[in-house]
Amino acid sequence: MTKKKSKILPRRSMPMQDPAARVGNFNEVANGYSLELAQEEARRCLQCKTPTCQDGCPVEVDCKRFIRELAEGQVEQAFRTIKETNSLPAVCGRVCPQENQCEGRCKLRPTGQPVAIGRLERYVADAFYAGTACEATVGREDCPMIREDLRVAAIGSGPASLTLAGYLAAQGVKVEVFEALHLPGGVLSYGIPEFRLPKSIVRTEVETLKEQGVEFHMNWVGGKTMTVGDLFDQGFKAVFLGLGAGLPRFMKLPGENLIGVFSANEYLTRVNLMGGYRFPDYDTPVFPGRKVTVIGGGNVAMDAARTALRLGAEEVRIVYRRTQEEMPARLEELEHALEEGVQLEILACPVAFQGDEGGRLTSMRVQKMCLGEPDESGRCRPMPVEDEAYDLETDLAIIAVGSGPNQILLNATPNLGLNSRGYIEVDQETLETNMPMVFAGGDIVTGAATVVEAMGAGRQAGKEISRRLLKQG
Amino acid sequence: MAVPILHKRKLIPGRVSELVLEAPQIAAKAEPGNFIILRLADDGERIPLTIADTDAAKGTITLVYLVVGKSTAHLETFEAGDTILDVCGPLGRPTHIEPVGTVLCVGGGTGIAAMHHIAKGHQLAGNHVVSVIGARSEDLLLFEKELTAISAEVLVATDDGSRGHKGLVTEVLEQRIQQGIEAGESIGEIVAVGPVPMMRAVAELTRPYGIKTTVSLNSIMVDGIGMCGSCRVTVGDAVRFACVDGPEFDAHQVDFEEMMRRQCTFSEQEKLSYDHFCRKCHD
Repeated sequence: MTKKKSKILPRRSMPMQDPAARVGNFNEVANGYSLELAQEEARRCLQCKTPTCQDGCPVEVDCKRFIRELAEGQVEQAFRTIKETNSLPAVCGRVCPQENQCEGRCKLRPTGQPVAIGRLERYVADAFYAGTACEATVGREDCPMIREDLRVAAIGSGPASLTLAGYLAAQGVKVEVFEALHLPGGVLSYGIPEFRLPKSIVRTEVETLKEQGVEFHMNWVGGKTMTVGDLFDQGFKAVFLGLGAGLPRFMKLPGENLIGVFSANEYLTRVNLMGGYRFPDYDTPVFPGRKVTVIGGGNVAMDAARTALRLGAEEVRIVYRRTQEEMPARLEELEHALEEGVQLEILACPVAFQGDEGGRLTSMRVQKMCLGEPDESGRCRPMPVEDEAYDLETDLAIIAVGSGPNQILLNATPNLGLNSRGYIEVDQETLETNMPMVFAGGDIVTGAATVVEAMGAGRQAGKEISRRLLKQG
Repeated sequence: MAVPILHKRKLIPGRVSELVLEAPQIAAKAEPGNFIILRLADDGERIPLTIADTDAAKGTITLVYLVVGKSTAHLETFEAGDTILDVCGPLGRPTHIEPVGTVLCVGGGTGIAAMHHIAKGHQLAGNHVVSVIGARSEDLLLFEKELTAISAEVLVATDDGSRGHKGLVTEVLEQRIQQGIEAGESIGEIVAVGPVPMMRAVAELTRPYGIKTTVSLNSIMVDGIGMCGSCRVTVGDAVRFACVDGPEFDAHQVDFEEMMRRQCTFSEQEKLSYDHFCRKCHD
């Protein structure tokens, strides 16, 4: 007698590289669904009458519709549905914290097995990218005419600006993106490692925008090579500031300038943007660590720790002052890090870096912590346990405790209104700054947040800019 | 932006060259003290070079580099007509220039070229510019003609005495300071650009005199736009980024000891990279 099948099958797992193998390479960890797996997973969707998943998405992807289309085998249509609101689906499918967004609102969530919406989005995007660029970007075959008289400048080429560019280009507005570094993508290029977000995907997303008429200028530093005023003088009708939060925070601890202490930004930039993992075929070196400590509990800390393992570290420890429960990292990243052999040193707060006579890092002094009452963030406040400090041997320490606003453009634009934390102040509805027709969105407004939240802001500013320009035009 | 090389001049064959680049956007904005970051190939690193001169009318910037490692050795294979893949700038805070009377501008090695742009700025501001330059021997002296054109005085020191004073540039500097003090001259500022030991020696020399002294630091950089902190230096009680807070700082506040140690962070890899490049050249 066959056992009666439960109505809803378990969530399909995604094929992954084996942890033991993947710590030896920089290839993508998750291999993605096959069509068969994707459709099985799509058929788990309840197709709720009043879906809540879409409300969890900062760029409002119509999850229910694209999942139904995928289940019916209409991959192209599913892609168009996603593209209607999301300019970078292949990126989002990989880096969004879906557990707090679409999947967090899925009606199946209480079973512990929400529909794997992120993986499905990724599948649809990857499967579609064989299509033509025009289709890929706008979700329709005919590109609208670009209005060369309506030029919008975006400073920074991270997820906020790319989304804005995609949105405006679809409306026929000409966008020129100015990037300070030599490659586009912002944090997608310098921050997120290849094994989590292959750079070929970022290139594809950028290429499709180019096909759509978006122009990219590399090595242009906003506030140095040109100012916001220069852009208006050159005829741009609006300027969007998608500057990110690229200033690394240090901890102001003794010994922080010893050789072997790095910001996560530096460590990851050397590896990701500069290709340092291929040194010496690539010129930029990466500091080799045998016993590595990474300070922090977010995605950046996970990325740094997993990168260090791949570069041959014998031991990698994440030092975090709260516990695993409070770590802000995306769940999957933490799981992957643990699978790969990253160790956690929880309830531990560094108080000093110690070195030898040559100024090289040898150990880190760590204060034992315990959890106290919840603080204003709602998380339990870590408190030092008296007389409990110890040394951790380490020759490479990577500081991943957050970032702040880069000052270059802000200093060059003294009239721009900032909030008390030093980020740009904007109107919540329009994302306009105190300077007319200057908009801002993403981390430079909110402080470090997620890729998709920055994309949400790019979309919101894009809507407002096109409304104003096209009404005028 | 990809940038064409208009002229190349070999100042010290095989070791130091000058490039004039067509970079109108950078030339229009560059001020004394600024630097650029360049990259030569898709697998290349980003290297900072101080702007030695600009001509906004012609839209050009001038760079002078010493062949010290892989990237500069690669750059040395470039000729006029070739294109540099990426040039980004102008970066860093410009030199603070105001009328202060006499300014002593000290340059050592390729630092002389970087110092030239600063000296030119002081000359334009109406200051009495005294250039004090040093090298191991006469044939290694750079930019003497250019400095003569903009300086009220040019003082020279060489290690072997083949030109000017035989000895260190700091000895000439000290004599000139003494002479100024005896004559009641107001020395508003001393600027030093060159190898770190030279800049440190200048700082120690001028400290007792209490004369404002500025150095331009060449710490290791990656992005050059304040995103990584590789170039951080301790200045007084604060940690500053040479790329965005500098590269010029109050010499009397800089922790040169720490800076020199940090300069060696990648010395093993730098050697490896250079050897790797030489092997590829010989293949």
